[in-house]
Amino acid sequence: MSDPIHTTSNNALPTSTPPVLSFTQIGMSFAKPSGELMPVLQGIDLDLHEGEILGLLGRSGSGKSTLLRIAAGLIKPTAGAVHYQGQPLGGPTEGIAVVFQTFALYPWLDVLENVALGLDAAGVPLATAERKAQAAIELIGLDGFELAYPREISGGMRQRVGFARALVSEPTLLLMDEPFSALDVLTAENLRTDFLDLWIERRLPTKAVLMVTHNIEEAVAMCDHILVLGTNPGHIAASVPISLPHPRSRTSSEFQAVVGQIYAVLTSRMVESLAGQRRDTGLAQRLPEVSSHRIDGFLDTLAAQPNTHHFELSAIAAPLRLKIDELLPVALALHILEFGELNGDRLKLTAVGQVMAACDDEERRRLFREHLLKFVPIMSHICEVLDEREGHSAPRERFELELQDHLNKHDADATLRTAVDWGRYARLFTYDDQARVFQRGGLAV
Amino acid sequence: MEHHAEVLHGHTWLPYMPGKRDQLAMLLIFTVLFALAMGARQMTGPLPTAHAAQISLSPSALPGYTLRTILRMLAALAASLLFTLTYATLAAKSRRAEMVLVPLLDVLQSVPILGYLSFTVVFFMSLFPGQVMGAELAAIFAIFTSQAWNMAFSFYQSLRTVPRDLDEASVSFRLSGWQRFWRLEVPFAVPGLVWNTMMSMSGGWFFVVASEAISVGNVQISLPGVGSYVARAIQTRDLAAVAWALLAMTVAIVIYDQLLFRPIVAWADKFRVEQTASQQLPRSWLLDVLRRAELVQRAAAPIGALLKRSARARLYLPIHLRLDRLPISRETGDLLWYGTFVILGAYALYHLFQFVRPVLSWSDISLVAHNGILTFLRVLILIVLASIVWVPIGVMVGLRPAWAERVQPVAQFLAAFPANLLFPVAVYLIVHLRLTPQIWLCPLMILGTQWYILFNVIAGATAFPTDLREAATSFRLRSHAWWRKVMLPGIFPYFVTGAITASGGAWNASIVSEVVNWGDTRLDASGLGAYIARMTEAGDYPHITLGVATMSILVIATNRLLWRPMYAYAERRTRLD
Repeated sequence: MSDPIHTTSNNALPTSTPPVLSFTQIGMSFAKPSGELMPVLQGIDLDLHEGEILGLLGRSGSGKSTLLRIAAGLIKPTAGAVHYQGQPLGGPTEGIAVVFQTFALYPWLDVLENVALGLDAAGVPLATAERKAQAAIELIGLDGFELAYPREISGGMRQRVGFARALVSEPTLLLMDEPFSALDVLTAENLRTDFLDLWIERRLPTKAVLMVTHNIEEAVAMCDHILVLGTNPGHIAASVPISLPHPRSRTSSEFQAVVGQIYAVLTSRMVESLAGQRRDTGLAQRLPEVSSHRIDGFLDTLAAQPNTHHFELSAIAAPLRLKIDELLPVALALHILEFGELNGDRLKLTAVGQVMAACDDEERRRLFREHLLKFVPIMSHICEVLDEREGHSAPRERFELELQDHLNKHDADATLRTAVDWGRYARLFTYDDQARVFQRGGLAV
Repeated sequence: MEHHAEVLHGHTWLPYMPGKRDQLAMLLIFTVLFALAMGARQMTGPLPTAHAAQISLSPSALPGYTLRTILRMLAALAASLLFTLTYATLAAKSRRAEMVLVPLLDVLQSVPILGYLSFTVVFFMSLFPGQVMGAELAAIFAIFTSQAWNMAFSFYQSLRTVPRDLDEASVSFRLSGWQRFWRLEVPFAVPGLVWNTMMSMSGGWFFVVASEAISVGNVQISLPGVGSYVARAIQTRDLAAVAWALLAMTVAIVIYDQLLFRPIVAWADKFRVEQTASQQLPRSWLLDVLRRAELVQRAAAPIGALLKRSARARLYLPIHLRLDRLPISRETGDLLWYGTFVILGAYALYHLFQFVRPVLSWSDISLVAHNGILTFLRVLILIVLASIVWVPIGVMVGLRPAWAERVQPVAQFLAAFPANLLFPVAVYLIVHLRLTPQIWLCPLMILGTQWYILFNVIAGATAFPTDLREAATSFRLRSHAWWRKVMLPGIFPYFVTGAITASGGAWNASIVSEVVNWGDTRLDASGLGAYIARMTEAGDYPHITLGVATMSILVIATNRLLWRPMYAYAERRTRLD
């Protein structure tokens, strides 16, 4: 891990007031079907101070949305304590509002009614509620659309309603769950800028913001402080304060340096956790949700790059307009199969990887098959079982249960789906989804 | 006897596993029926026979009768709504209530309504001895039972599938239970509920007609209404009066559709959750008029404001009282709760046995079984025949949007039209042409419900993706392969939905169509429906119960062993994700 991390430089904060939100050793576990507990979050500490936008950045499955829901009081953590303004948080509380990824607008209420919904719980008289809603609508640039229904307006406008609804109750703490990820690039940028303007000009009643995102550039553009979450179970992998002055230019070298730094943290974490898995029994290996087709296409892309065999992930991502959630899994797949080697922000193709990138389809499938059997324990396991069994077939359920001994249900399912796809591509076996049965032609490998 | 709610709303079967709970629910229901029957037998004596001869066959009396019939429908609708909002809410909000209420509902859906009409008539008559009120309530209850189960199922399912983000939003904004119910849960359930109400309403006409004129043992009822009018026409062999009744019913259904359901469907469109503007908005001229009329708007404004105010009120629903806070563990609680019902079931079983032993013999059971198999075969063959006829026609119509637009409302109208009004015409023909009743009475069973197959197939063909059709055309797939590989799999889930409804309706109809009268002539096709009808006339309650129970078991078995697997298969096969 490269270093400028943990050099916290929070802008002179009065230490006397308690943080708006603070987590102490938060942990969260869900019960596996076997009744065993599966931790998804562990030992999370965070403090959110007044005047701060804190970003939670991580891949899917890092538990970042769960963290946000804990902060909202929507779910209770199984370990640790949450304090809001120095008081223990017992459930949804006045002063905390949420902006949802999917907007969560009520389709049967018009814009004004949707915004006023944020005040219903407070028991505000109808006339006051409507006046305040009107003010919030104007603040967020929605005036003229009061009587429109959500389905009539564009995605960007819908999320503006989401913001207005959250802001109308004048929350102290604003929680945002990937608020821009359902919007197209231009709309997202537009709404982000508008929100930042309001925030910087202190026109919002809000004192602190907690934002969940998987978009590194977005986090760097908006946040004063970023917590990078590692997976399995979710934990804080790094804490990155960002002191760039607003407005931040994405093209500036300082900005790009921070982005690269975070990329490096994320990938090194992945490789580390991967190395950890190798030491485990083989079936605990989680396969990324990447189709063989995607790997194939990515190799083609790499083969077409002028610079040979050494790639900076952030540099590949930008022109392809890929998000980390899309790029990292492919890189990870290459790493697992030893076609590539992830090191910090860099992806290096191995010798075989270079051959892969150059050869034809038939040869690629052969190499893929060999590496699957060598480096992916679940694949060799499936093949062994099929070879041993009468009729060379086995029900999917069998492997599902075996995987669930090591992984949670979601991961087990995703891993098996990937295994099916890779196995089909490598012609290791066939799979019939109607009968949910794996089948293998002959013994020959 | 239908599964609209399950099938049409969300296109998924309920996730809960049937099994022991189902059996328990069945046991409880039949015991209650039996207990009612035994009670009824003792009550019939002193009840007065009444109102039989008051029906006039003059066409000028018909508008009044039609209005009475319509009002009965409305009353039942209101009762069903009330039942839905309470029963389904309880089932959805309380895990323990759910364990009992949902299987109960599932079994209730499968009990043939006309079968237990005799008990309910006697029961309600005994509540209001010598008054028309009892008979009115019995008729309304019959319609209620044809709608309520379905609507409750739909509402329950909606409550269970409220989108997670909307739910979280309501929690994070700290809406109270009351606010949540009216601002989130009810609106979310409206589209499914309206659709199911409309569908069950079309079944309701059948039952209102059947329940207006009924004789149980020595109790004879005829309530002023279209059904009694037709019954009287049959007694006096008056074919012209039957024709007048058909006309009146047509007018009634059209009025209901135009003045009630079309506006409601158009209005309910705003509660759809899909955030895309749909291409074809349901429209209603009446709703347009109401929305644009200044005077109406101004008159309605205070009511609207009042409703809004009450929905915003922070009342707490009583069901939010936490009952599970007793000092026992969840498992122990479940055990106690479930144990109570098992004991109740055992007690019921014991009493059932006590009831049954003196009055039923093995020969009764074998007779009922024989009749049951006969009716089962009839239903099966009729569904197959109706499918052979209507599937190709439905596909042809559905693929031509201009035709579909015109045929679809007609098919829906025909499904709503109470086929029992047409029976006299068919019986007249059978009598005069001297046809065999065992064969020619059968088509009557499916006369009213075959249309469900037609309009579901039309809907399926209309919804068939254009690109898949074009692909088939460009590959020059011809007749056989086209049907087998393209069209039939494409419409299969829709067809199954229609067939389930049609078969449920056919079972119900068997009770009124396997035995029919024309004046003094009586045609008996034998079968389970005929058995129940004969026993009802004789007022022989234990045998009615035996017949109804057998029919319910056959219906449930068909649903579980035939339709449900077929539906699951269709679901899995036609999904792309």
